[in-house]
Amino acid sequence: MSARNKNGGSLWINPVLDKEFRLRMRTPRSFIALLAYVLVLGLLAIGFIYVAMDFGSQQTGMRFDPTTSRMLFYVLSIAQLVLIAFMTPALTAGVISGEREKQTLNILLTTQQSSSAIVLSKLVSSLAFMALIVLATLPVYSIVFLYGGISPSQLVRVFLFYLFTMLLLGALGIMCSTLFKRTIVAVIMTYGLTMFIFLVTGVAYILLMAIAERSYYSGTVQPDYSWVGFIFGLNPVGALISIFEPEMSRQAFLVNTASLQNKAPIALWVEFLLVYAVVIAASLWVAIRRIRPVRRGNGNLESGNDPIGEEGGSGEVAEMKPAQNDPDRKLEK
Amino acid sequence: MIEIRNLSKRYGSFQALDSISMTIGAGTVFGFVGPNGAGKSTTMSILATLLLPDSGSAKVSGFDVTRQPKEVRRRIGYMPDFFGVYDRFKTDEYLHFYGASYGIARSEREKLIPQLLELVNLSDKKEAYVDGLSRGMKQRLCLARSLVHDPEVLILDEPASGLDPRARIEMREILKELKRMGKTIIISSHILPELAEMVDEIGVIEHGRMVAQGKVSDIQNRMRINRVLHIRTLSGSEQLAEQLQDEPHVGRVFVDAAGIQVHFSGQDAEQMQLLRRILDWNYEVVSFNEAQTNLEDVFLEITKGGAAT
Repeated sequence: MSARNKNGGSLWINPVLDKEFRLRMRTPRSFIALLAYVLVLGLLAIGFIYVAMDFGSQQTGMRFDPTTSRMLFYVLSIAQLVLIAFMTPALTAGVISGEREKQTLNILLTTQQSSSAIVLSKLVSSLAFMALIVLATLPVYSIVFLYGGISPSQLVRVFLFYLFTMLLLGALGIMCSTLFKRTIVAVIMTYGLTMFIFLVTGVAYILLMAIAERSYYSGTVQPDYSWVGFIFGLNPVGALISIFEPEMSRQAFLVNTASLQNKAPIALWVEFLLVYAVVIAASLWVAIRRIRPVRRGNGNLESGNDPIGEEGGSGEVAEMKPAQNDPDRKLEK
Repeated sequence: MIEIRNLSKRYGSFQALDSISMTIGAGTVFGFVGPNGAGKSTTMSILATLLLPDSGSAKVSGFDVTRQPKEVRRRIGYMPDFFGVYDRFKTDEYLHFYGASYGIARSEREKLIPQLLELVNLSDKKEAYVDGLSRGMKQRLCLARSLVHDPEVLILDEPASGLDPRARIEMREILKELKRMGKTIIISSHILPELAEMVDEIGVIEHGRMVAQGKVSDIQNRMRINRVLHIRTLSGSEQLAEQLQDEPHVGRVFVDAAGIQVHFSGQDAEQMQLLRRILDWNYEVVSFNEAQTNLEDVFLEITKGGAAT
């Protein structure tokens, strides 16, 4: 990310990134978060196996076979996605506003570090920690490999998808962190956006599909596919499922099954990547632009560094308030 | 070195700066004084490229703070009035971090940081965690931090606020040392007497306007407070103060537990006559002496603040 930063430190690690990495690992909270996360996912896997075995022996005497193992993989993957959705906003929404509240941001902004170096370093360090947590769950996945049913390439694709989702939520988090003065507001806004991406798109899809399905079968000429699939492509769960089951894309788009030649206009996960890549770029652009005061146009000055906050406006230099013993540090789990 | 022209800044309906202009030459120590909320911190934040002015311009070493902020940042060391430190960060790591943020190579930092710690008397705290330092130490560390890239200009916003007397004296000694090193320093403070002996020029700001600016002695002359007289009586000081108000050459009169302070613009002969008159009024004068005028008197004279009686 910051390879072009040639001054100070090594070529790859710029000072802000170096500091973030160091300080992150000095707090016990990071280790507790890691433990809790792996524990939740591990318990989920064990619980699933227990239920599946119990259910299997009662019914047909079936053992834990590759089909069940694949089911476990799906359950774990979706659970992991939900956990990521909970963790990433907490890790990233405080990175800028937290420094603002601790009154270290102003000093950092008077150094030679560029706005993009600061924003990207903070994003990379948060995501690196998140990636560490996700990689730490790999042993849980080894249960799946023990029983088979999943190829390593599927696992790799799922992990790459996680990385992308983290990047998306992290970019949104850091944008909120820059825009809002207070961490708590930034965190709430980031969770709001996350909810929108996860829930609103899903619910909207289900509702619209019900409507579309009705009109779909009542028409005389059946179209090759329905546009409602595009909405499901915006949902991370939908996109993730389409990675395991390519058939999912066809189903989501209500592809006309009359002809086997008919294909989904776009695989759900491809749509997901394309749309949200734009969102990531836009969020980061906003964050980088708004972290420092900006000049807009020619001569028109805009106070771009005034973060949005309830009490902005009155008093001297509104963003600087004395807070010596500030108990709420960065809001991390 | 620093040129400010018609700088204005408004927060909502509050006019923080109202067309301020000033010029500060290289190597000058400029004392920026004024009551809270007058616009000192706003001006300093604009100079530190942290805030954009609504109109007007500010230049540091010829570089415009809004057009060439990166060049300005390279040349200034900024110490905000309130600042925080990172938790679980050691003193020398703290300085290494900011040094690296200014693009100073590691080998250079290894040499520089012990010198900086020496300058601010924190050599023995090299391995201590920053968040565990006392306020005075943090303040000194922040000053060392602002010096890490050897800036030409230091912008120090209330560097001695919240410090105990001992820590203030230490801070003042460091600032004197920096003055000897030839830095241009802008320093804001409420504690004017402490500034008096090291400041070359002052600017007095009130309600976002520059009320007076220039050499300390010039301003004192202009305000016609050549002397401050301290009068102590056994009784009746309130009454005396009132009577004094109508005397010739008398400026402002203050009464406190220590006695009466009179801003006096006359010479020796007039001062003698004033003493004679007080004795004629039958006041029991214990002492009548001439005090050194200081910045505080100048400041109070200029701003005519409501705090004094």
